[in-house]
Amino acid sequence: MHRTAVKQVVLEGVLDANDALAQANREKFDRAGTYVINLMSSPGAGKTALLEHTLGRLHDRLRLGVLEGDVQTTLDADRLSRFHVPLVQVNTDPGFGGECHLDANMVRSGISEFPLDDVEVLVIENVGNLVCPAEFRVGEDARVMVYSVTEGEDKPLKYPLMFRSADLVLVNKVDLLEHLDFDLERLLGYLDAVNPGVERILTSARTGQGVDEWCSWLERRGARQ
Amino acid sequence: MHELAIADSVVQIAGRHADGRRVTKVHLKVGHLRQVVPSALAFGFELVAQGTSVEGAELDIEEVPVAGKCRQCGAGNRPTEFPLRCGACGGFDLAVLQGEEFYVESLELEEV
Repeated sequence: MHRTAVKQVVLEGVLDANDALAQANREKFDRAGTYVINLMSSPGAGKTALLEHTLGRLHDRLRLGVLEGDVQTTLDADRLSRFHVPLVQVNTDPGFGGECHLDANMVRSGISEFPLDDVEVLVIENVGNLVCPAEFRVGEDARVMVYSVTEGEDKPLKYPLMFRSADLVLVNKVDLLEHLDFDLERLLGYLDAVNPGVERILTSARTGQGVDEWCSWLERRGARQ
Repeated sequence: MHELAIADSVVQIAGRHADGRRVTKVHLKVGHLRQVVPSALAFGFELVAQGTSVEGAELDIEEVPVAGKCRQCGAGNRPTEFPLRCGACGGFDLAVLQGEEFYVESLELEEV
């Protein structure tokens, strides 16, 4: 048997399959008139705590829904269930030992039974991770990052992909600034260096600082839809 | 560690284009702006390829450096670290022209 080697040109994007599913999700969201936020951060930055404030404040002003992404457990969904908004939990565990991010297919499964028509703004709380979620579009209209001041000033330089793709950065836990050797101006300078002019709001899920401003941002985005 | 998911995608693309033929090499282009660790990707690729027509294929990763053009002064740039900064005027507003690539460029296949 004679074997010959041949070269075949492919030119196919590694994430094309995901991006096509993300586009299909996006069309579904658009048909329902739902504005979609992909909420990303490292673990423990305060995504769920900020969402608790957000749902508490906006419940009679904006019809919100939440898709919770976690490797395991329904702990976050349990925390949010008292707000009685449409809520779905997606666990990424069935992947290779638990995927570190949500991808478009997981979100597609998550929203298959979701009452999108009743939701003006859907917040997709991604798996806590500063690297992987940035590579996978899920059909979102905007990417919002929660970044806590306990993480140090230099992370925009170390994890540039996510910071570059953010439309808004919530700089969280600012109530702790007085206890930390944290240079806020330096962080904001790095943010601007990586993503010039990106919107930012200083927040504290503990004291409620900045939460009104964040809620107004959400309401403006929801109204546009 | 999203490299496993990425590796899975690469193996699927290669398998589909190979159309039953055995794949001996996969040529992948990865821009420096992607957050992909080549060694982790190569490890994942070997694992995911097992039992497919891509098993045993070499993964050839070509890294593509960043190139951009300054929106302020128009100078061409090849920054090697973050933040991306114009070497001519020091500004941070660079239009990225190269470095975001992430695709399977070609395959080497065995034909019987």
